[in-house]
Amino acid sequence: MADFDQELDASGLNCPLPILRAKKTLGGMESGQVLHIIATDPGSVKDFEAFANQTGNELMESKEVGGKFEFLIKKA
Amino acid sequence: MDEKKLAIIATKGSLDWAYPPFILASTAAALGYETEIFFTFYGLQLLKKNMALEVTPLGNPGMPMPMGMDKWFPVLGLTLPGMQGMMTSMMKKKMASKGVASLEELRELCQEAEVKLIACQMTVDLFEMDTSEFIDGIEYAGAARFFEFAGESDICLYI
Repeated sequence: MADFDQELDASGLNCPLPILRAKKTLGGMESGQVLHIIATDPGSVKDFEAFANQTGNELMESKEVGGKFEFLIKKA
Repeated sequence: MDEKKLAIIATKGSLDWAYPPFILASTAAALGYETEIFFTFYGLQLLKKNMALEVTPLGNPGMPMPMGMDKWFPVLGLTLPGMQGMMTSMMKKKMASKGVASLEELRELCQEAEVKLIACQMTVDLFEMDTSEFIDGIEYAGAARFFEFAGESDICLYI
């Protein structure tokens, strides 16, 4: 159970909003900080994997909790 | 920095054709691509401050319609004034209810992500468009300027 520095609730938002919002939020964070993201868009699972691969920000955790998808991303 | 480059030419001005350039550009920018969109012909509608874009089933056999309406509705229904506007409203409501971003929001995200928006000077002159109707922060240029970037791009799309 990891701790996080900021949370982004992207529930109800569809592609490409979850990753766009995540990028914006990460932009305002320090390197090494962790962002917790909640999303309802099932496409966001693959989107965040690709986002982590492309941008070098680490996807620490990706799981489904009660019908929603939760992610932990550490800023590079 | 070894950034990938995405070049898009946007040539259409209806609601359904407006989404792809902005969604692709904003997503690419989120993934770290350097992105430029060149708007020409009807694509220039996407640069207006007030984008009153419409969508029509007429001549759009790919557009899904309920209850087999696609067989007769497009041609007959569209003869009624205001019908296209109504269909556009219905489409927009559906998008909002499904959490799809509005065009204005996507465009703003693009600009924030420093996606370069370039308007084709030739088309602006051709259609005698009023540049005060366009949003700020756009560049006016010709095809050669587009090739300067497109020639180096990893992905080039014609929309």
